[in-house]
Amino acid sequence: MSKLDNALYELHHMDALASRDQWMNRIHPLVKLVLTAAYIAVTVSFHKYNFTGLLRMGLYPVALFILGEVSFRDALKRLRIVLPLVCFVGLFNPFFDRQPAMQIGNLVITAGMISMVTLMLKGVYSVLAAYLLIASTSIEKICHALRLLHVPAILVTQILLTYRYISVLLEEAGRIIQAYSLRAPKQKGVHFKVWGSLAGQLLLRSMDRAGQVYESMLLRGYTGEFYYGEKTPIRTGDILYLTVWAGVFIILKLL
Amino acid sequence: MHMADALISPAIAGTMYACSTAAATYSIKKVRLETDPKKIPVMGVMGAFVFATQMINFTIPGTGSSGHLCGGMLLTALLGPYASFLTMIGVLLIQCLLFADGGLLALGGNIWNMAFYGCFLGYFLIWRPIMKKGAGKGKIIAASILGSMVTLQMGAFSVTLETFFSGITELPFSVFVGTMQPIHLAIGFVEGLITAAVLVFVYESRPELLMDVNAKQSDGRFSFKHTVAILCVLALLIGGGFSLFASSHPDGLEWSIERITGSAEIESAGTGPYEAAEQVQESTSLLPDYAFKNSDSLLGTSFSGIAGSLIVLAVCAGGCYLFKFFRKPKTKDAR
Repeated sequence: MSKLDNALYELHHMDALASRDQWMNRIHPLVKLVLTAAYIAVTVSFHKYNFTGLLRMGLYPVALFILGEVSFRDALKRLRIVLPLVCFVGLFNPFFDRQPAMQIGNLVITAGMISMVTLMLKGVYSVLAAYLLIASTSIEKICHALRLLHVPAILVTQILLTYRYISVLLEEAGRIIQAYSLRAPKQKGVHFKVWGSLAGQLLLRSMDRAGQVYESMLLRGYTGEFYYGEKTPIRTGDILYLTVWAGVFIILKLL
Repeated sequence: MHMADALISPAIAGTMYACSTAAATYSIKKVRLETDPKKIPVMGVMGAFVFATQMINFTIPGTGSSGHLCGGMLLTALLGPYASFLTMIGVLLIQCLLFADGGLLALGGNIWNMAFYGCFLGYFLIWRPIMKKGAGKGKIIAASILGSMVTLQMGAFSVTLETFFSGITELPFSVFVGTMQPIHLAIGFVEGLITAAVLVFVYESRPELLMDVNAKQSDGRFSFKHTVAILCVLALLIGGGFSLFASSHPDGLEWSIERITGSAEIESAGTGPYEAAEQVQESTSLLPDYAFKNSDSLLGTSFSGIAGSLIVLAVCAGGCYLFKFFRKPKTKDAR
């Protein structure tokens, strides 16, 4: 089943990207997390008719894509999930908001058209910013940053475990679906008669697996806190990076 | 239903983060009080399970399209509301970061729309009350379908509210609600069916895994009356409540026509087939323009919402019986 394979491929691909030895990957995860959140918040807060201001905000993703040597094509693929919903909501703006805003030759540009484009631009920018974060920071490092932000250990451990087992269970689900589709040719999905038993079997197996995981965690001395590899301190370079970008965001917003 | 960052303003996003954080803090406190250290790995693995099964396409008979599992309702039945809420946060965060499904800023809203309703309301208002007097296959099916539909409706309504208050779309609120709710009613029904199938399988093979289901005491008979009553109340609420709300503004298409022509309905030239068709329509429609004939009261509007729901309910029930009727001989053969 291609959907499962795709998800697996994407997981491994992101893992490989995040583990590159690159200047962007070496920046402290907390700095990157805070900057990404700030960038998205600033971008989204632009007024719906402020097209030119929003266009300038493209500086951050464009600069990082070039300097960080991240493939822009891979990032564009991720837009396929977000864009349909944003388009659905934005597509009606030109019909409901017909106030003429400007005129180019014979073409009258209405306020609704501008607000539609800015909405889409906001959608694209926020996806690109999140992509840049995850392409340069592994989930383990993001979890470390969350711990530094005092997110409770129970939640962070849970996120880490879910992430760890997603690839395992995707592979297992993939095997089950492959075995099923080999025995049920010319079927698109799972027949309703086996809805329960197919997913249910996977569920029971997962529950058993959780038991084994817990036992092995105990054998390795689990006391309620996970260790997230090396804990890197925040260096001067990180603080400089944060201040420079924060300054740029403020200037772009005020311009 | 994952919201993108572009659809939410920072103020609303912050509010939703605050709401979700409050619910998460309370859940963490509750899970800690349970002092079951084994629950953490179970939560992690179940989160991954929900993630993986959402990638499986379950074919909907007779339509050619496929549905997916309702994660919130499934987890709440297996782990309880608090642990399942935390698990869903993990799933949503990973979906947002790794697959760009939902935005980072909108995460607070997404947690609220999908995890809060599914886990808390699904458990306290639906799963627990229904399982109170012993569980049974029928009850599990009823709880799953009802739970998925109600929680998805509330989630969809929240998405609409959040987008509306963010001032993102020019789309009139009633049109947005009118589009979101019916779509999610259908999705909720299918998700409920799939969730029910999985939970019934668990109930038959390992009932001790389900919340509030006592393996020995089980076999509570499926109270048909009870379920029908719940479904009726729900239909009345949605039909009566939402239609009143939606009809205070004209329908989207009527609205745009009104803008163009100055009247909500296009006046026909009064010739030939138009007039004849109009007369036929007026004499046959019970509730023209969703109200009693010759009246303009809110009561009439509510009534037509309720009547519509009842008719839809009857058609659905009839359809289900037909489906069951045709399936029966086959299952006997299989045995």
